[in-house]
Amino acid sequence: MTKKPVDTCGCRPAGVTGGSVCTTQKPLRENRKFVTVSGVPIKELYGPEDAQIDPEQDLGLPGEYPFTRGVQKNMYRGRLWTMRQFAGFATAKETNERYRFLLANGQTGLSVAFDMPTLMGYDSDHSFSEGEVGRCGVAIDSLADMERLFEGIPLDQVSTSMTINGPAAVIWAMYLVAAEKQGVSLKDLRGTIQNDILKEYIAQKAWIFPPKPHMRLITDIFAFASKEVPQWNTVSISGYHIREAGSTAVQELAFTLADGFAYVEAGIEAGLDVDEFAPRLSFFFNSHMDFFEEIAKYRAARRIWARYMKEKYRAKDPRSWKMRFHTQTAGCSLTAQQPENNIVRTALEALAAVLGGTQSLHTNSMDEVLALPTEKAVKIALRTQQIIAYESGVVNTIDPLAGSYFVEALTNQMEAEAEAYFREIEKRGGVLAAIEQGYFQQELADAAYRYQQAIESGERIIVGVNDFVEENESLDIEILKIDPQIEIEQIKNLTRLKETRDNEQVAVTLKALKEGAQGTANLIPLIMDCVRAYATLGEIVGVMKEVFGEYRERPVF
Amino acid sequence: MQQGKRIRVLLGKPGLDGHDRGIKVVARALRDAGMEVIYTGLHQTAESIVAAAIQEDVDVVGLSILSGAHMTLFPKVAKLLREQGAENMILIGGGTIPQDDVDQLLAEGWVEALFTPGTPTSELVEWIQKRVAEKQD
Repeated sequence: MTKKPVDTCGCRPAGVTGGSVCTTQKPLRENRKFVTVSGVPIKELYGPEDAQIDPEQDLGLPGEYPFTRGVQKNMYRGRLWTMRQFAGFATAKETNERYRFLLANGQTGLSVAFDMPTLMGYDSDHSFSEGEVGRCGVAIDSLADMERLFEGIPLDQVSTSMTINGPAAVIWAMYLVAAEKQGVSLKDLRGTIQNDILKEYIAQKAWIFPPKPHMRLITDIFAFASKEVPQWNTVSISGYHIREAGSTAVQELAFTLADGFAYVEAGIEAGLDVDEFAPRLSFFFNSHMDFFEEIAKYRAARRIWARYMKEKYRAKDPRSWKMRFHTQTAGCSLTAQQPENNIVRTALEALAAVLGGTQSLHTNSMDEVLALPTEKAVKIALRTQQIIAYESGVVNTIDPLAGSYFVEALTNQMEAEAEAYFREIEKRGGVLAAIEQGYFQQELADAAYRYQQAIESGERIIVGVNDFVEENESLDIEILKIDPQIEIEQIKNLTRLKETRDNEQVAVTLKALKEGAQGTANLIPLIMDCVRAYATLGEIVGVMKEVFGEYRERPVF
Repeated sequence: MQQGKRIRVLLGKPGLDGHDRGIKVVARALRDAGMEVIYTGLHQTAESIVAAAIQEDVDVVGLSILSGAHMTLFPKVAKLLREQGAENMILIGGGTIPQDDVDQLLAEGWVEALFTPGTPTSELVEWIQKRVAEKQD
């Protein structure tokens, strides 16, 4: 247990040596403002004049165009959302144990968190990886680690989501080969790779190559999956990180959908039929603290996607019109102060996601603002979903908020504001051009700064941070520690692998990949060959870097 | 502090961590408070951050680390600053850092202050102004 020093006035101190500064004079709760978490003003009362909708055209029935009310006919009465806790730390062995723990506790899908070196395409023994191995996710250097990660978990019986972007093609290839080695047919694999590089340039910043070759790898994945791994979700077009980087709800909605349209256009330009790959596109949204704003966001998202896919991109298969999405509660809404309160924040956010019709859900653990979650904290987060599903009754009927003057008005408003952003992006020459201009990055930095200022000026109250502050707050939850020995062990294993594998075969497959990258071949089978030879992530990415180069950002703030 | 001399701050993101929301908010707040702010951008090595700090002759070096690699990166930058004769620069930081690690980094003298989630930027501004003034007295 640790104790923080506290001011006499009760202002929260940071971990400052030189004493803390008092900022709170009187309780902020006395000047409440009626705006959403994104700063949108909300009226005292909404009526029919605010919610102009044509129920048939704008809402439709659940499972029918434009899917405002949900993508399935019977929604959660048919099947609950997938409860999918994102997990990964240390080595494949430790993470494998966590997965078995979660599956034993009723979790229904796996979600892999990789460490920073893996996310950036570096091996554990690279100088850049020092101190980062196994810290914020699991370290994967080669097929050997991937096999260990899923040992004893039959890959045809779980769906696995992998949060991987820059080196997505390589990590996915490792998963496919690991399945082959288990004797599982690729046709039976279900899961998702995030593979959303556009939001990396915009928000999360774990890129490797410049945009063009990255987009090629993505369309190679589309083409390969549509034939060989038909149940796989090839991109999870993500607003989550855009929101975490500071965006408003509307920016999250608009930028994510704009990214989605960019992938559709890339697929069409690569010569694919839209209905060949669009049904396998999925989405990933944030659920922040403003309950109704979030619900309206999900409803608007489905409607916009359906309209564009049908009318603009001329998709004919109704599955191409359906926006299926995963939701994660907002990490950035959690506080280091009184961390147990985060359980309540997460529960409200999870409820909004369910009322918004999510297909799968990750609930954050109360301690994630401090470190990776402990087993106990993860279990409470999972139980939160189970309580919503089995106790609250909200799953009994579909889209229960439809027809609410307020929710329909907000849904319409978000759609209109997203359209305004689409026009601005178009004017700037599309998503890639806008990224190069630093447009999204500046919009996010501005929004994040406004949010921070609203907290500091007291316009926005965060319980335990700038009001309802506890004097002599002491932290009495347990914190997960990663043993530094993990890094040493991981590097030792990697060294051994490099000594024992067939290095000639590694060289041959890497050379073939390099030649493929210089040409126009689909790179996925070539990457799978490298993986089978136990070439490492860093080696495979390294060969592609030689051909594609590396991305550099011009930072704005 | 000399009249009119602006405080110069170098903000850096060492390592592979791409979480830059916090550091950008800090950069803007320090700039709005009248400081000169140089932001290195992402994916910097400890060496490149220290080289930039020396070249820019800053008063303060601030590191943002949300990847869990803080116990490696803070000491690494601190040692390099000392080796290169820049031990006078004030090294501070922020990020997702558990209290035990905060205590250890402070106790071992690797950093002068760590500002963890929830810290108002005004507190950071006042701390820097006070500390720089003390150093110049």
